[in-house]
Amino acid sequence: MQAKPTTLKVLDIVSLLLLAVAAYLALFYAPEEATMGQVQRVFYFHVATAWTGLLGFVAAGVAGILYLIRKEERWDIIEVAAVEISLVFFFITIVLGSIWARPVWNAWWTWDPRLTTAAITELVYIAYLMLRQGIEDPVKRARFGAIYTILGAISAPVTFFVIRLVRTIHPVIIGSGDPGAQGTFAMTAGMKVAFFFALFTFTVIFVDLFWNRILLGRLSARVEELKLSVLR
Amino acid sequence: MDEILPKKAPVTTMTKSPAQASRAGSSALQQYLRAVGAIAWKDLAAELRSRELFSAMLVFSLLVIIIFNFALELDIATRRSVTSGVLWVTFAFAGTLGLNRSLGIEREQGGLDGLMLAPVDRTAIYFGKAISNLAFMLGVEAVTLPVYSFLYGINLFHPGLLGVILLGSIGYTAVGTLLATMSVQTRTRDMLLPILLFPLVLPVLIAAVKASGGILAGDEAASVMSWVNVLIVYDVIFLAVAFMVFDFVVQE
Repeated sequence: MQAKPTTLKVLDIVSLLLLAVAAYLALFYAPEEATMGQVQRVFYFHVATAWTGLLGFVAAGVAGILYLIRKEERWDIIEVAAVEISLVFFFITIVLGSIWARPVWNAWWTWDPRLTTAAITELVYIAYLMLRQGIEDPVKRARFGAIYTILGAISAPVTFFVIRLVRTIHPVIIGSGDPGAQGTFAMTAGMKVAFFFALFTFTVIFVDLFWNRILLGRLSARVEELKLSVLR
Repeated sequence: MDEILPKKAPVTTMTKSPAQASRAGSSALQQYLRAVGAIAWKDLAAELRSRELFSAMLVFSLLVIIIFNFALELDIATRRSVTSGVLWVTFAFAGTLGLNRSLGIEREQGGLDGLMLAPVDRTAIYFGKAISNLAFMLGVEAVTLPVYSFLYGINLFHPGLLGVILLGSIGYTAVGTLLATMSVQTRTRDMLLPILLFPLVLPVLIAAVKASGGILAGDEAASVMSWVNVLIVYDVIFLAVAFMVFDFVVQE
């Protein structure tokens, strides 16, 4: 068994430190927002986790395509790693969003395009994990998993677009938003520091977890191999 | 297996060799379409004799409508707003029943292996199965709609609505056939299909419900058309994707 690379060990510690700094910036350094008050501080981690969640789902889709073309096990390991991490990050995004929405929208949940798409995306990738669980043959599992991530990656934007046809109240802070959005605000310099630092931090955490999960995936593939060789 | 068997060989006629078939482009296409037709016809012929799937789907969808009647208290005011929703939920649930059965039977009786041994392009299997699944679904819809009209006194025979139902059913079976072929090969089988399918066909269901509701409420064409366009786009995208990946679903 290969030992954990030193770079990764360092990265683990760096991620933890960055998270502490990002939490400090978001909770204490950034100025309080005028109308929404303290609850607006949720925004920094909300956007950062959403970004990493999205990053992972896109990575999974790309890994799925590469798996179908190359038929190499490593793409499958990368795909699962990306999906699992993104599921957790997206879940955090939804929870943080709900905490913010309760006072600002006066509801934990609305059927807004972003919220609905996020929920459906979570369900798609939970279905993905259930699909994989139901298949014993590792090659078939990888093949079906790859197909399903591709389908999921295509359907998520379509779902988003379709629900967007109905209406949206979700604020857009970066870029131009819907004039009907509720809870929009302009970022001050202090907020921007906290925001971009959170984005950076979560990207690093993502890379760190991704790396760890890929190593774990390799180990579990090895375990599976050994089990099969014993059975034979 | 791929290397040994010619990709586009005749399935119904044995007079032409695969080489001859591939020489003329139109004739290769004809062979392909004939293979698709043969697979779809096989399912329809089996169904015409047993009527198992159709009757199960039909009774199921009628039961769903009855349950909705009491669950939602379908009085005149409610009916106007929820009819399209009730219809699509019914079709979606009856649809999974049909998809599971249609692919499950292939799996149990080794039909899928037989089809894979046939010297035809794998995607012909997909289109054949998708067409027969679509036919079952349309058949159930063709009976459910008049029954619903009869029970609630709503005229559902609007050409626009029928078009929306056709487009929605195409999208549903396009993804459903692909996923059912996958789910029947897993340990959890029937249980898994709705879980895999519903999050992916959500755009179809939303657009179909909105378009049907708009038509029934007599909205102007422009607002309905945006939903119809979504249905068309979805159908095209997912038929194309299924066409590209189906080969990987049936590989051994």
